Amino acid sequence: MTQGFFQLAIALAILLAVAPFLGKYMARVFMGQRTILDPVAGPLERLLFATGGFSNQRAMRGGQYVRAILVSNLVMGILVFAIFMLQGVLPLDPTNLNAPDWDLALHTAISFVTNTNQQHYSGETTYSYFSQVGALGFLMFTSAATGIAVAIAFIRGLTGNSLGNFYVDLTLSITRILLPISVVGAIALLIAGVPETFAGPAVAQTLEGATQYIARGPVAHFEIIKELGENGGGFFGINSAHPYENPNNFTNLLETIIMLVIPAGLILTYGIMAGKPRQGQLIFGMVFIFYAALIAIAAVGEFQGNPLVNSILGEQAPNLEGKEVRFGWALTALWAVSTTGTMCGAVNGMHDSLMPPGGFATLSDMFLQIVWGGQGTGTAYLFVFLILTVFLTGLMVGRTPEFFSRKIEKREIVLASIILLAHPIAILIPGAITLAFPEILAGISNSGFHGISQVIYEYASAAANNGSGFEGLGDDTLWWNLSTSFSLIVGRYVPIIALVYLADSMTHKQPVPETAGTLHTDTFLFTGVTAGTIVILGALTFLPVLVLGPIAEGFAIAQAALGLN
Amino acid sequence: MLKDLITSIRTTAVLWILTAALYPLLIFAIGQLAFPTQANGSLLINDQGQVIGSTLIGQAFSSEEYFLSRPSAVNYSIGEDAAPTGLSGATNLAPSNPDLIALVEERAEILQAADIEPTADLVYSSGSGLDPHISPASALAQVDRIAAARNLSPDDLQTLIAANTEGRFLGILGEPAVNTVTLNLALDQLGNT
Repeated sequence: MTQGFFQLAIALAILLAVAPFLGKYMARVFMGQRTILDPVAGPLERLLFATGGFSNQRAMRGGQYVRAILVSNLVMGILVFAIFMLQGVLPLDPTNLNAPDWDLALHTAISFVTNTNQQHYSGETTYSYFSQVGALGFLMFTSAATGIAVAIAFIRGLTGNSLGNFYVDLTLSITRILLPISVVGAIALLIAGVPETFAGPAVAQTLEGATQYIARGPVAHFEIIKELGENGGGFFGINSAHPYENPNNFTNLLETIIMLVIPAGLILTYGIMAGKPRQGQLIFGMVFIFYAALIAIAAVGEFQGNPLVNSILGEQAPNLEGKEVRFGWALTALWAVSTTGTMCGAVNGMHDSLMPPGGFATLSDMFLQIVWGGQGTGTAYLFVFLILTVFLTGLMVGRTPEFFSRKIEKREIVLASIILLAHPIAILIPGAITLAFPEILAGISNSGFHGISQVIYEYASAAANNGSGFEGLGDDTLWWNLSTSFSLIVGRYVPIIALVYLADSMTHKQPVPETAGTLHTDTFLFTGVTAGTIVILGALTFLPVLVLGPIAEGFAIAQAALGLN
Repeated sequence: MLKDLITSIRTTAVLWILTAALYPLLIFAIGQLAFPTQANGSLLINDQGQVIGSTLIGQAFSSEEYFLSRPSAVNYSIGEDAAPTGLSGATNLAPSNPDLIALVEERAEILQAADIEPTADLVYSSGSGLDPHISPASALAQVDRIAAARNLSPDDLQTLIAANTEGRFLGILGEPAVNTVTLNLALDQLGNT
């Protein structure tokens, strides 16, 4: 147990060491300062700006920015849907896969364009290499870059600057951040054993003389952007538990850290861009505490294992159902909390088979959406919580609330409320409908309390744009494909649109001079109040489903174990 | 609106070329030229040039001459069910699911019947269904059985196990893991020399 927790501490220490570098670097990129990549990326960007048709780099107003996001995402989504439906006649299809059903193709396209990568299919049996590389791999860059662009526009607006140009920030996110890190990371993964081939599956005669079909493919380049961009859609059905996606503990460490660095670093980027680095550091610290606490909850549950199985084994053993031996309980728990916290959604062990504390931690991550949070959007939500806390504390002392020297008024609070309300609406309403018709709609594979968790997890994963799942759920049905598509779209675009308008309205406010009565947001006290606000709001909304799902399941297992002894 | 549409289509086109064509081709070229073994799946090829598996992908072992691998929900992508694409997959059984407990009981009984002390990784099925590894404890629990079946000394087997054990990364991260595919292959090669 000590060794396991030491592993967790080392991994967290590496994150703490790496995140500030990337945070500072990203701030330099978006403030237009010189960076080390200028000689290579500069000419490439000029070419992309010119061919894309936005060389003027004209700053956009709120409405223009929103329109650019929606139209570009729609164009990309249609392209990708078309590739899926035509994959039977497109090249790079060594196993002759035909087009999937339209509802699955639609769900996949929406799922990837929203940076979710919820998968109601297995990669190796459903999508050709062309679809994986040309459609899914493409959206892994652009959907992540869309999130970063929105996050940058948001902080610019909050600090009274113009929002910038969506296409420029979209491109810069790729050329300056996502692509360079991906190239280096993909080569590291290749050396460590992740394949990159367009050859079809290998057919092997096993040692015992049976025939084994070994799925392969261009995995390395896909795997790294999958983690870096918080995408999470596995090349293979079983995602990063597959030995070809994550062959050893070097790749596992790299992939874990890579999925955390951008959301963690971006919090510090925000502080720097706002001219208040301390604000960024305090929020970073707050999130880190949430994160470490959830890891501890999940890790202890997996370490203690399943009491019903332990009584068969005659000793306490970690829960290894759905886990790989090489990762063990500690690094699987770390990954589970990291992937649901960052909205990556890749898995290196099966969440459906986690002990109830693991289910509690992963669901809580997706309910809160700020334990690092999604690519770009997570940091923006954190600042929305800051605004909300400013408003609440302002009410308590009877002052007009201000944030970054700008008055928070009705319009801002309405927009902040929309951002926070879209999430529970996209989870709880479809969840309730599905649970009302368990026989026809739900497809629950683990009955009892865990079945409730399965359904709620699926919608939470869609609405939070996470993409992981309790994968026993029979989710490739018309109902699941369409109803989660609703959650995907509401969970992605409603908050993004509201964020841009919120930033836009802050841009146009006159700054108020700081006085002795100004509430400072970069203090320990204020950060503590913010943490309280986050927990109370989250608990008020989601505690009932947590009680009905993982908490009740935990008690049920404990009771069954008591009956055995 | 029309202007947005045109800009979006042009941007999509150039970003597609960059991220979905040039980038994968670059990594593909580096992989095939500089690291062909890894890039093609770390395949194991016998003297006759036949593919007999991959060092990274587990295989099912049932004979008492081989170290058993972990239970797999997809039978290690072996057989006609896996053709032609190959499979991966888990049981996704919840800890509270009675089916899980029944499966674990069944596997524990089979192990005990074979005189192998049940260990966690041999009664729980893996996530990928392709896990090549078992824990060192699970390998040691099988030594006597293999030694009897192959007429080998337990000491030699322990040396082989140690040689096919991957330690923690940097001595810290992950769990020590015995690769059943390379270990069993080494057993066969021992017989040949």
